Amino acid sequence: MLSIKNLHATIGDKEILKGINLEVKAGEVHAIMGPNGAGKSTLASIIAGNENYEVTGGEISLDGEDLADLAPEERAHKGVFLSFQYPVEIPGVSVTNFMRTAINETRKAQGLEEMPANQMLKVIREKSELLEIDRKFLSRSLNEGFSGGEKKRNEIFQMAMLDPKLAILDETDSGLDIDALRIVANGVNKLKSDKNAVVVITHYQRLLDYIVPDFVHVLMDGKIVKSGDASLALELEEKGYDWIKQEQEA
Amino acid sequence: MDLKEKLLSSFMAFEERIDVHSELHDVRTAAIKNFEDKGFPSKKEEAWKYTSLNAILKNDFTVFPKHENSIEFNQVSKYFLNEVDTYKVVFIDGVFSSHLSSTTHEGIDVCLMASALNKPKYKMVIDKYFNQIANKDDSLTSLNTAFANEGAYINIPKSKVAPKPIEIMYFSTGNEAALLVQPRNLVIVGENSHVQIIERHQSLNENPVLTNSVTEIFAEKRAIVDYYKIQNDTLEANLIDNTFVSQQQESHVYVHTFSFGGNLTRNNLNFYHFGERLTSTLNGITIIGEKQHVDHYTLVNHATPNCESFQDYKGIYAGSSTGVFNGKVYVEKEAQKTNAFQKSNNILLSDKATINAKPQLEIFADDVKCSHGCTVGQLDETALFYMQQRGIPKKEAKALLMYAFSNAVIENIKIPELKQRITKIIATKLGVKMGFDL
Repeated sequence: MLSIKNLHATIGDKEILKGINLEVKAGEVHAIMGPNGAGKSTLASIIAGNENYEVTGGEISLDGEDLADLAPEERAHKGVFLSFQYPVEIPGVSVTNFMRTAINETRKAQGLEEMPANQMLKVIREKSELLEIDRKFLSRSLNEGFSGGEKKRNEIFQMAMLDPKLAILDETDSGLDIDALRIVANGVNKLKSDKNAVVVITHYQRLLDYIVPDFVHVLMDGKIVKSGDASLALELEEKGYDWIKQEQEA
Repeated sequence: MDLKEKLLSSFMAFEERIDVHSELHDVRTAAIKNFEDKGFPSKKEEAWKYTSLNAILKNDFTVFPKHENSIEFNQVSKYFLNEVDTYKVVFIDGVFSSHLSSTTHEGIDVCLMASALNKPKYKMVIDKYFNQIANKDDSLTSLNTAFANEGAYINIPKSKVAPKPIEIMYFSTGNEAALLVQPRNLVIVGENSHVQIIERHQSLNENPVLTNSVTEIFAEKRAIVDYYKIQNDTLEANLIDNTFVSQQQESHVYVHTFSFGGNLTRNNLNFYHFGERLTSTLNGITIIGEKQHVDHYTLVNHATPNCESFQDYKGIYAGSSTGVFNGKVYVEKEAQKTNAFQKSNNILLSDKATINAKPQLEIFADDVKCSHGCTVGQLDETALFYMQQRGIPKKEAKALLMYAFSNAVIENIKIPELKQRITKIIATKLGVKMGFDL
């Protein structure tokens, strides 16, 4: 589904990604771990099409289609979803209206009619129950005054609404208490199918107890330096990253 | 002959048509004298530092239209509030159109300034209110006073609620090569009374128009006045709006100014307080582009204790448009426990657009709460990326952000159909179709 080959990227003069290779197939869950500043969030942003970064080499494709020239919204229309580490507050636009606009714009791009209002309400009700979101919450301004946990839950609610092919969860676990973590993880697991894929970016093993990855990759200094199965995450939790660094240097 | 000279000689011609022995005549004479002394304002004056009338004044304006012009309702129906029954006071090239209007004398007076000024039965009211709150030192206000004749006269007596909104409409047909119109409105809202008014100036073709309008609003005790100004005119239309509000105790006056178009628009909006525990609200949304210019020049004069004023102006400037916000709050020594808030938030969409924002607070009382805040910025790139990531194209995302930006002011519109109308105008301005109303 997602294929990244020898990806290099810079912001300003600084090279952040130095040759990333990653293959994600439908039905898989991948976790990307690594120390601060390794380039994890940059990778997520670049896949989503953030124009602040410059791709200086390599390629990213989704189902064989090169994403290089596509705007962020076009990538979204093709099924790329990024759960933001820091969701943006948009005062004056309610969660419901935002979702309605996002869904109808996506449908328009796919050549579909707008979703009828009653169906929209039905989907909103279903998905908000899945994430245990209070209906009152949906008429509030998007992310404005939301707690850290509410913001993250709202991100996964949006993911549920948009039903993406590829979901990238960028530190969705940060700022979550244990109950919220369970709700979010449960939501992601229910949305998981053999047709979509999830890439989880995290510092900690904690989330991976709930969303069990098929593959774990360690990203250090702009490169994936080690890949393994779920047990690698446990090993990292126990031993930190230094041993990988030493392994690299050896 | 320049415009000033033309106006002075026109005044002499005007005098021949009116009763020169009335008290009103003395008012007019004093006014034209003041205009003669001061002339049109220039950029040398602090209050006109950012707005120049020079280019406009070069037009050879007709002061009195030569012929009567008529318009059919279906030509202009789109400018009125659809699906709402309203009173209508309509003028074509400055002349009252009974054909398009729908006035009333049942319980409330919604009619013509000309008849109020000339009929004896209105004399007491005119003596009490006419030109009483308008600034007699201001040259443009004086110019209007000198020629004051046509306009809307609205008098809501004690304890009455105007049963439907009132639309005051000024159309210019463009049948004159260049036209100067000087509407004069008087709005009196009695104790415990309530009225909603919408005022609009609209050119119907591209010939230049200069409107120098004066509106006096008197809100008696506990009166509620909700006044909307819609400025969405052609690129050749110029408007100088001089509005003066007099408030008695516990009254609430809201003036909402929507500046979406016109070549040059200057809004002089002045509030004067004459009682305690009253509230003044000044809201504005400005969305302009090309070479348009909008100047909001506000004054709230807190002269009495325990009063509140709220100013909230949002501006979005594209192209090489220019905006000015000059907000003056004056708190007199007696006006203890004043709450005065002022906000001016602006977004510049292009490198060539400019905004001059100047809050002026002069406070002479020691127990007050006053605040002001001006911001000038661009659209938040992170927010745009976030919205695009959810599938909303950049253009729509920008529009949504701008809606959201103006939303606090739109929310204050109390006539639902007007709210829809304003939302629609904004969507058209931004070139998008929104799937919902905010």
